[in-house]
Amino acid sequence: MNFRGIGGIVWSALVLGAGFLMVAPAAAERLVTSVSTHRVLITSNFTGTDLVLFGSIEDDEARSSKSSGYDIVVTVRGPSRTFIARRKDRVLGLWVNMDSRRFIEVPSYLAVLSSRPAADLGSPELLRRLRIGLVNHTLPQQIGPDFADVVAQDPFRTAFLRVKEDEGLFHEEPQGVTFLTPTLFRTTVPMPGSAPTGTYEIETLLISTGKLIARETTAIEVVKTGFEAVVAREAREHGFAYGLATALLALATGFLATFMFRRD
Amino acid sequence: MSIYLPIAELPVNLFLILGLGIAVGFISGMFGVGGGFLMTPFLILVGIPPAIAVASVPSHMAAASLSGAISYWRKRLVDIGLGLVLLSGGILGTAFGVWFVAVLLRAGQFDLVVGLSYVILLGIVGGIMLAESIRAMVRAHHGAPPIVRRPGTHAWFHGLPVKLRFRQSRIYVSAIPVTLIGFGIGFFGAIMGVGGGFLLSPALIYLMRVPTTVSVATSLFLTLCTMLIATVLHAVENHTVDIMLALVLMVGGVIGAQFGARAGQAIRAEQLRLLLGLLVVGVAIRVAVDLVARPAELFTVVATELLK
Repeated sequence: MNFRGIGGIVWSALVLGAGFLMVAPAAAERLVTSVSTHRVLITSNFTGTDLVLFGSIEDDEARSSKSSGYDIVVTVRGPSRTFIARRKDRVLGLWVNMDSRRFIEVPSYLAVLSSRPAADLGSPELLRRLRIGLVNHTLPQQIGPDFADVVAQDPFRTAFLRVKEDEGLFHEEPQGVTFLTPTLFRTTVPMPGSAPTGTYEIETLLISTGKLIARETTAIEVVKTGFEAVVAREAREHGFAYGLATALLALATGFLATFMFRRD
Repeated sequence: MSIYLPIAELPVNLFLILGLGIAVGFISGMFGVGGGFLMTPFLILVGIPPAIAVASVPSHMAAASLSGAISYWRKRLVDIGLGLVLLSGGILGTAFGVWFVAVLLRAGQFDLVVGLSYVILLGIVGGIMLAESIRAMVRAHHGAPPIVRRPGTHAWFHGLPVKLRFRQSRIYVSAIPVTLIGFGIGFFGAIMGVGGGFLLSPALIYLMRVPTTVSVATSLFLTLCTMLIATVLHAVENHTVDIMLALVLMVGGVIGAQFGARAGQAIRAEQLRLLLGLLVVGVAIRVAVDLVARPAELFTVVATELLK
């Protein structure tokens, strides 16, 4: 359709190819997934959308006995951003931001959908290594000059997850992936209206009997279009002209009202 | 119906924001104030990031105050000389305030400083308004003539150099305290997201002994100028002006202001001041409760890109 669309397909194909190379020797199963859209467009009436992902488990050797033991985990990671989490403490009767932590380059959006609760899928080591579930996702913090993740029970870490979940930007659904047939599955990824713009990586893992069988990654893009894109770009790149335009808009609105409601 | 805000990067209910613009516009038309002290906390309450609220409200106030400013201008009530001296301080104060907002955001103390500024400034001004209007009403009730304050008393700052004569205001004072007042209004206006009309007219009336009508006209004129400047400065310095949010607010604001102005003329001056005093003290108490009560969530998370 357009250059970006073709680029997206080529890019997805490359990622798909890389995925095959990584897992092909390990097992006979392969994963094929398809997303309802590769470009989520933010227009003036955007209030969020649902992304639908379909997938199929392709098994060359058709071992039907194994098919019942498949589990799927779909993880969607939004563009990385750096966040500051602050904790309020009581000082002289007032609630004041005191302690703070910096989360370095963590996903601004994170959704984990699986066919079974993450804890039932495999050993804690496997879950941690494959970053399955919000609790197991790496969230590096800046600690002095070093970057490191901390224990899952860390108050700042749990608070960060809680705040992001309340904002609808982090999302976990232990039964969010449904099998339509033993090898065909689908899932719905909710994207809130406040979803940040950028590239979202979608990783699909096929897990069976506590082991990773296959992995497939694809990506989608969330972009502002038309008027919204122009406004955001102008505000960022031409601050003075943008400010002047807003000021003139205020004057024009005020003048218009003065003459519309004039009584003398 | 929702509308997506391109800078705040979130959808908001169009009618909620428009209604807010109309309501605050009504109040600003009725009392002759900018209404920023109501608008900014409300926007933050409905989920607009504070930095974006503070930067987008000034353009609404410029639009809402334009009608009044034109009308006062036609009646030749604006003291241009006084306005220009105040403005010179106001521009400096606004620029310093916009810069200070960025510093506070980085330090994570923006909410605290804004909250404290609201409680202290609104508490004092609202309290004075309440006391003064109640006294006036009691006096009127007893049939006593209203006290006509008149110059003659000399405050300490009358001894300062660089004296200027402001004919419209019938005062002869040093430019130094006038510039300082302008600076303070610009500074607090930028960090609180308010026009400062509720601070400036009392300061001109009680400190500078400027006649009430001239001080109201001049402060409205000054609000218009500083709010336009604040819009440009916020856009250049912090990139946090959301033009869609501003447009919806200003359209609501100018409509509300027209009706508010008519309603205001139907009420006696001291009753108007009493109502405004109650409103101002009410906002101060609301903000104070937020500072003192234990918040439901002790943690806040903010993206560093919003802090530059």
